[in-house]
Amino acid sequence: MTLTFEDFPQGHFGSFGPRFVSRDEIIAFASEFDPQPMHLDEQAALQSMLKGLSGSGWHLCSLMMRMMFDGFIGRTASLGSPGVNEVRWLSPLRPGDELMLDVEVVEARVSQSRPSTGIVTFKCSVSNKSGETLCEMVSPIIVERRDGSGRAS
Amino acid sequence: MRFFEDLQLGQRRELGTYTFTAEDIKRFARQFDPQRFHLDEDEGRNSLFGGLAASGWHVGSVCMKLIVADNQRLADLARTRGEPIVLGGPSPGFKDLRWYKPVLAGDTITYSSEIASLRASASRPQWGILQVRNIGINQRDELVFSVLASAFVPRRNNG
Repeated sequence: MTLTFEDFPQGHFGSFGPRFVSRDEIIAFASEFDPQPMHLDEQAALQSMLKGLSGSGWHLCSLMMRMMFDGFIGRTASLGSPGVNEVRWLSPLRPGDELMLDVEVVEARVSQSRPSTGIVTFKCSVSNKSGETLCEMVSPIIVERRDGSGRAS
Repeated sequence: MRFFEDLQLGQRRELGTYTFTAEDIKRFARQFDPQRFHLDEDEGRNSLFGGLAASGWHVGSVCMKLIVADNQRLADLARTRGEPIVLGGPSPGFKDLRWYKPVLAGDTITYSSEIASLRASASRPQWGILQVRNIGINQRDELVFSVLASAFVPRRNNG
């Protein structure tokens, strides 16, 4: 069954994962999008503030997107997102990490400009196996209402 | 990358341009964001986006790619002048990211960066914290992307 706006009441929504992240994936993403030494080379990374090879923050966000897709977006009547309020990168992504995604609905409201849809604001946090939070994000997603299809409700 | 002391509020840099091909868009989407409007032309046309649209995370990741390339150009310039190479630090995050308009297959986005704030790091005296407003503009001169990003920048005299 497709999830609609009504399926996202305020509160805890769910936990998803684990998602294993390999060293090869970290280096492949960094080579294409963020080729800084701290994301590519162990020796150089040891000299960096993060003290060891770490994944790009954009890789972590992209992995979080994939975990959201696999967890619920893939079966949600989602129309896309206008943006992200905030992302905080709190601890580095490391080779071999097993990521868990925790999702909370912080706000759900009907769109004024497009009343057949609602805007669901999620707080997502990604943690590793030892429970460290790597990343937190607050972002709205536009979701169709069950009685939507442009009809007045 | 330059030292913290060399940076000034309002300084702007052109980061470069990138053309999003249909193939690029689908390849990124298959891996990270396989929503139907990022994978299929017809689904894209029938969505709010009006065409095959790049994942917003793809649009942001390309901005990062161009920032790193720009820093590499600055490093090469410093090297030819015999000046020290500045290696930037990690980023604590970003705020206020907006995907104003979709980036569709074939769109060429021009990215630029402007310094929005500068402050010394209270906990790490050898580093400053920089905030930049990065934006992306398409070939029709429309603003498509904007983000207020933070990063650690080394100080010149980091004794």
